[in-house]
Amino acid sequence: MCGIVGLFLKRDDAGPDLGRLLAGMLGEMADRGPDSTGFAIYGDAAPAGAFKATLYAADPAHDWPAFERALVAQFPIVGAPRYHGSHAVFTVRASETALRDWLAAHQPSVRAFGFGTRIEVYKDVGLPAEVARRYGLEGLRGSHALGHTRMATESAVTTQHSHPFSTGADLCLVHNGSLSNHNRLRQVLRRDGIRFDTDNDSEVAAGYLSHRLRHGATLAEALESGLDDLDGFYTFAVGTRDGFAILRDAIACKPAVLGETDDWVAMATEYRAIATLPGAAHATIWEPRPATVYNWQRQ
Amino acid sequence: MTDSAIAIDLAQTSVRALNERLHRLPADTNERLWRIGNPQGAHAVAAGLTVPIQIEIDGHVGYYCAGMNEQATVTVHGHAGTGLAENIMSGVVRVTGNASQSAAASGRGGLVVIEGDASARCGISMKGVDIVVGGSIGHMSCFMGQAGSLVVCGDAGADLGDSLYEAEIFVAGAVTSLGADCIEKPMTQADVARVADLLARAGIAADAARFRHYGSARQLYHFHVDHAAAY
Repeated sequence: MCGIVGLFLKRDDAGPDLGRLLAGMLGEMADRGPDSTGFAIYGDAAPAGAFKATLYAADPAHDWPAFERALVAQFPIVGAPRYHGSHAVFTVRASETALRDWLAAHQPSVRAFGFGTRIEVYKDVGLPAEVARRYGLEGLRGSHALGHTRMATESAVTTQHSHPFSTGADLCLVHNGSLSNHNRLRQVLRRDGIRFDTDNDSEVAAGYLSHRLRHGATLAEALESGLDDLDGFYTFAVGTRDGFAILRDAIACKPAVLGETDDWVAMATEYRAIATLPGAAHATIWEPRPATVYNWQRQ
Repeated sequence: MTDSAIAIDLAQTSVRALNERLHRLPADTNERLWRIGNPQGAHAVAAGLTVPIQIEIDGHVGYYCAGMNEQATVTVHGHAGTGLAENIMSGVVRVTGNASQSAAASGRGGLVVIEGDASARCGISMKGVDIVVGGSIGHMSCFMGQAGSLVVCGDAGADLGDSLYEAEIFVAGAVTSLGADCIEKPMTQADVARVADLLARAGIAADAARFRHYGSARQLYHFHVDHAAAY
């Protein structure tokens, strides 16, 4: 199963209600994915030249102050870090590669779940209401957000196996479905320098998109080539700095529904998630076609 | 129908409580007209009905609305999710908007009317139900259809009627591709009359003479004695 939700505010770059609205949508998808919940929210931009890094440590007693001292010795940071549950958001003046390489070499117990000018990624085991509360989702503002509720089918139920998976700076992917060629594809991508943290199939789809983008493809081109290269069932939602994209495989047995009003565009696995939004009863509602990329970007 | 409607608000009442109440109605019930509000995409609204009552649902429904319907007339004033009227036995199920995948799947009888579009696998494994779609249908529709008619006023997606048995398909618009063992057949006067009758029953205005007729080539499902050694 699994549930996906996405919400894009058309009028507001920093909608104060974005987190609350996303929490409502995620709540409706609880019984599609009771194992874990995650969300990516595109909020206030980091200052020029700086990036927000959403970092995770599994150990609840992780020594974040010591981590901060070590980080600052290596890279300048802007402002104070923000802590939510097992996550910390640092604004750092470092490239994604430099930060990830440094983490892997010196802080192996800390992972970067998200990196970019606007993206913050939070994910954890548990029901949506619980995870939303733990990470203060209702208080988060922004222009758009994606969320996922997971019913695990092919890999473990852990925070790291939860969605969204980061696919590069300001990019993330959530997936409903399963891929059948992920092991071979992971090997190929690893040889070409793509980093994987888990044995999860959806993470391979995320890595695949990163790889295509790195080779110059646009997001739409990367998704379109995925129709040939990713074998399996999927509805993907991909968050970008300025919007999001949706793709279903050609068989399209994994559900998806889109809704649009003058104020928002919403995507969900089931309409009942969209029904929680203001004005949903009068929204234009339609089902995305198979093997077709849908893309919304802020102008 | 002279009864006044019994109003149920699904913001106040659970689908389970509603369906239990509907399932307990005797065949000669006087509670014959129901108006259901605030479905909010809920699943299995008015599934499993067995008596000739009329249900009007105001809003979009989730999965399996009016599944297994017998005798009842159910109208959704909105869109429907996956599996609308799945395994319908008799009666009429109507959606004024669109229906998601597998509408009227494996239906045995009755009439399903989708005034807008239906997505993939409309009428998959249909076994006697009649389906009228005002708009277009998605891919793999009528897959392994065994009996009944599928009438489509718009276009049909890829692999229409794949592995078809004896269901009959009538499409007014373009067909992306026919599935294995599905062929175009002559549109006889009897076929035009059959389509006209279904359109009239569905309350959808279209010229029956414009439809083209598709059916089984009967090459796939027959046992050929000449091939006995191959089995």
